[in-house]
Amino acid sequence: MSAVESVIAARKAAGSGALVGYLPVGFPTFDSSVDAAVALADNGVDVIELGLPYSDPVMDGTVIQEATQTALAGGFRLRDGFEAVRRITSRTDVPVLVMTYWNPVVQYGVDRFADDLLAAGGAGLITPDLIPDEAGDWLSASDRTGLDRVFLAAPSSTDARLAQSVESSRGFVYAVSTMGITGARSDVDSAARSLVARLRAAGATSTCVGLGISTADQVREVLEYADGAIVGSALVRALADGGVDAVARTAAQLATGTRLA
Amino acid sequence: MALREELGPYFGEYGGRFVPESLIAALDELDAAYQEAKTDPAFQAELAALHQSYTGRPSIITEAPRFAEHAGGARTILKREDLNHTGSHKINNVLGQALLAKRLGKTRLIAETGAGQHGVASATAAALFGMECVVYMGEVDTQRQALNVARMRLLGAEVVPVKTGSRTLKDAINDALRDWVANVDSTHYLLGTVAGPHPFPVMVRDFHKIIGEEARQQVLDLTGRLPDAVTACVGGGSNAMGIFHAFLDDPDVALYGFEAAGEGHLTEKHAATITRGRPGVLHGARSYMLQDEDGQTIESHSISAGLDYPGVGPEHAWLNDIGRASYLPVTDAEAMDALRLLARTEGIIPAIESAHALAGTLRLGRELGPDAIILVNLSGRGDKDMETAGAYFELFDANGAAE
Repeated sequence: MSAVESVIAARKAAGSGALVGYLPVGFPTFDSSVDAAVALADNGVDVIELGLPYSDPVMDGTVIQEATQTALAGGFRLRDGFEAVRRITSRTDVPVLVMTYWNPVVQYGVDRFADDLLAAGGAGLITPDLIPDEAGDWLSASDRTGLDRVFLAAPSSTDARLAQSVESSRGFVYAVSTMGITGARSDVDSAARSLVARLRAAGATSTCVGLGISTADQVREVLEYADGAIVGSALVRALADGGVDAVARTAAQLATGTRLA
Repeated sequence: MALREELGPYFGEYGGRFVPESLIAALDELDAAYQEAKTDPAFQAELAALHQSYTGRPSIITEAPRFAEHAGGARTILKREDLNHTGSHKINNVLGQALLAKRLGKTRLIAETGAGQHGVASATAAALFGMECVVYMGEVDTQRQALNVARMRLLGAEVVPVKTGSRTLKDAINDALRDWVANVDSTHYLLGTVAGPHPFPVMVRDFHKIIGEEARQQVLDLTGRLPDAVTACVGGGSNAMGIFHAFLDDPDVALYGFEAAGEGHLTEKHAATITRGRPGVLHGARSYMLQDEDGQTIESHSISAGLDYPGVGPEHAWLNDIGRASYLPVTDAEAMDALRLLARTEGIIPAIESAHALAGTLRLGRELGPDAIILVNLSGRGDKDMETAGAYFELFDANGAAE
């Protein structure tokens, strides 16, 4: 069982579920992004999803787009991603999954990327624009290194595709709560509940729900049926508005949604 | 296997579907509908009738002897896609995809546009079929192609100026993809070029291959033989694939794609994707692209909004690698000179995009000499570019009005 799977399983065994928190590297600065990620870990986030800024983030809404664009304008380089993982994992035991669009990995070299991520202490990759059908090189590299590989599952996916996603993923399966992109929403789509049920029927044992989750109540609601809840834009917005302290407070608040009633 | 038989999703190592899982069902649905339509006589008849009675196909060919004097005397024949309704080749693909969208029960069309030609064509089809239409256009492009923005709005489309990233075509595609992910039940993404995830590169090519099929026969009828070379401008590459396709298995016909070199392909201000780029993944497909060492997309530059794109269709990447087609750079200045030359020698004002093909033809003709026949895809007309051309050639008087 991978570190991410263990953490999620432990939270489940305790009758709750995991909180996964997203922040991008390099926003608002490199050092602050590292401090903010550590603050997530110190305030109840179970798995860190560390985003690598990319020029064409088609799965992201405006909050994350603006943050990652700021990071790129500030000079973010791919090597900073590995350095950030190294620094974060030296300060916390919370596992760090890197979220990246696929082209940067291709250009770095899939095997080299896997080796360097492993050496930096990373747990694996979340790949929003890579489907298992196109992931041959990454399936091999992650099998060789033991890194987790998180693929997405969508309400529109066929049963066969859900089964493929479950079979290909390690760490967890990322269940997309709604047909859309990242960003806070007032309601978590009811599609999420049936998607998680379909994933379980396809054999999933570790499923986290993401997109649109921004409050402790929504975390609690999602954990009624899923193994984890993923929050991104709400944390990025807190960081943008109030710095590391605000991220810490927001994370702690969200984490109340994982406590047993 | 004949080169014309390539059906995707891969062209050699290029193509594929590098998109979020949420879009796969829609791409599968589209692919299935397209496969069915391809062999459905009713669909083909409906599209053919639209080509004839709406677009004005077949488009004519025009020999350009006075222009040819500047092209080494090589016999120069223009395929007049500029005469299509809406002013460019773009309508061929738009009508095909809009018919498919109707079959799929979609009520809303979304499109990206650079120069605005594809947006205008999409808005036109939406008006014709009574569908809602939203066009994403980089904010920079809405300014340099203001006339086309007005055309789209007059046709009833909503034009959304895209303010993210470089605020040009690539960012318009990003926003269209984001819209599509969220509204895929009701919405068809009417992608305007031979790029993007499968089945778009193959499907868009197929809807444009009528250009080459007509032109091949027209040149045979006029000259009694095939041309020595076929030329086209290449941004995403739809007009080029459209005219190249019929000639892919004619080994004696050389194929030339002319990329926008902006201020020069050795400067940092260009859009010469195959000349200067390297393989990567952008907008759902693996192909050549302009990118930095880390795989971040580099902003492209061209005086022509329609060629100002840091990617290119995967079939072009493949044709380049196997040596079947050649891709060469043409600068802003060369294109503008060719635009003026065609206007003054033949009385035809081409789009700045198409002027890149004309500039390349001038160079090529001087190499091939007077015995050669060159077929040029005149993909669009220059009406939309009068603001740019007027400023470039200083055709406006001090008060801003034309003299």
